[in-house]
Amino acid sequence: MPWITACATDDIDPEDLIRFDHGGQTYAIYRSPKGDFFATDGKCTHEAVHLADGLVMGHRIECPKHNGQFDYRTGEAMRPPVCVNLRTHRVRVEGGSVQIEVA
Amino acid sequence: MGKRDYSLLGPDARHAVDTGLAAAEWYHTDVPRKVMKALMQRTDGPALRDSVILFGCMITFAGIGIALWPSWWSAPFWLAYGVLYGSASDSRWHECGHGTAFRTPWMNDAVYQIASFMIMRNSATWRWSHARHHTDTYIVGRDPEIAVMRPPELAKVVLNFFGILDVLRFFPNLIHNALSGPTAAERTFVPQSEWTRVQRVAQVHLAIYAATLALALWMGSILPLMVIGLPRLYGAWHHVMTGLLQHGGLADNVTDHRLNSRTVLMNPVSRFVYWNMNYHVEHHMFPMVPYHALPRLHAAIRHDLPAPNRSILQGYAEMWPAFRRQLRNEDYFLKRALPPTAKPYRCDLHRLSPGTPVADTAPPHALPAE
Ligand code: FES
Repeated sequence: MPWITACATDDIDPEDLIRFDHGGQTYAIYRSPKGDFFATDGKCTHEAVHLADGLVMGHRIECPKHNGQFDYRTGEAMRPPVCVNLRTHRVRVEGGSVQIEVA
Repeated sequence: MGKRDYSLLGPDARHAVDTGLAAAEWYHTDVPRKVMKALMQRTDGPALRDSVILFGCMITFAGIGIALWPSWWSAPFWLAYGVLYGSASDSRWHECGHGTAFRTPWMNDAVYQIASFMIMRNSATWRWSHARHHTDTYIVGRDPEIAVMRPPELAKVVLNFFGILDVLRFFPNLIHNALSGPTAAERTFVPQSEWTRVQRVAQVHLAIYAATLALALWMGSILPLMVIGLPRLYGAWHHVMTGLLQHGGLADNVTDHRLNSRTVLMNPVSRFVYWNMNYHVEHHMFPMVPYHALPRLHAAIRHDLPAPNRSILQGYAEMWPAFRRQLRNEDYFLKRALPPTAKPYRCDLHRLSPGTPVADTAPPHALPAE
């Protein structure tokens, strides 16, 4: 599966995320408090709201609409009203760029 | 527009879905990400402080009320206890339901469960109804939390200052939930995976009320009910008073919270009881901002909002005449002026209101001039 460059490593603050659109899909790219990078689908599984406007707390992303939460490392739904897990994508860092593997 | 049908299973509900009003994209004021991130930050401090004050006052007032019972000298203490039980519980239920009051999840959950019991809401059902209220705020047929339906039934509004209709609706629903889970309407917004939880919560609440009633009968006194249950009636007035202001007299079937929600500046006691939900436009636009940061959010975006009402009284002076006009014309609503610094209202999105034949619509059909 292809790897594509989503952003530069310093485009994302620690404990934050950004939105990345590619090929008609939207993704969320996260930087954990320790500086590791992760990626998930960009929209909440509850009502398809962009997670990029939400809040990263530790390893959780809180959706800005109804405060549902996911563990962005595994995509696991952690707090209602989200019940369906979020799809995750593999991430690697290559020479200052964050790349994600897209299906 | 024709007569509104507020049923979640009725024609307006279907029409809202067909016209794209349901689960639509709403207007948001632009706030730089860094500012928003700072506003969204969670902390336990303010909610811990407020909870110690709240539950400390409740124990003190109820204790004095019990000590002075049945003298009339106990009345002021019951009145104060009642407001905390029957009104502050509403805002605690609300904020902890959003999960924003505390940083620590179990603290949110604990206060949410206690507050849900006091305000007589099934904690499993209402989490979902409130999610719908945020998705489809005041969309007819979609929002299960519309406080005043049009045309307004003012007698009902007045009765609810004493919680009467809420409580009369609550107990049959509680029994239904305890025996067979969510009702048909509740099943439209509560996912099936939660139905057992709805039933279990109802059984626990029912058991507490049954035990309280049994104790009252055994003692031959209403005193136990003064502590549990009745304060939802005699202390409801404050949350109804503030709650009506949230959306009363404003637009429905729109996708801009500046048109359907109201921010009212209030005295500090009411703000404590109401946990800053007087910043209601701000809360709806950015529900992930905790209650204690709402004054800061207000300062950051007020250039884009209608001017807030200056007091509860001034809010009522605006809202009550609008209710009265809606008695004659249910399509009437208040459209407040925006400051020159604000982006205009999104009239383009409001043409296809439920009940409005598509061919008849033209901007700004859903926004009649004042
Ligand atoms: S849209 Fe994300 S929690 Fe509802």
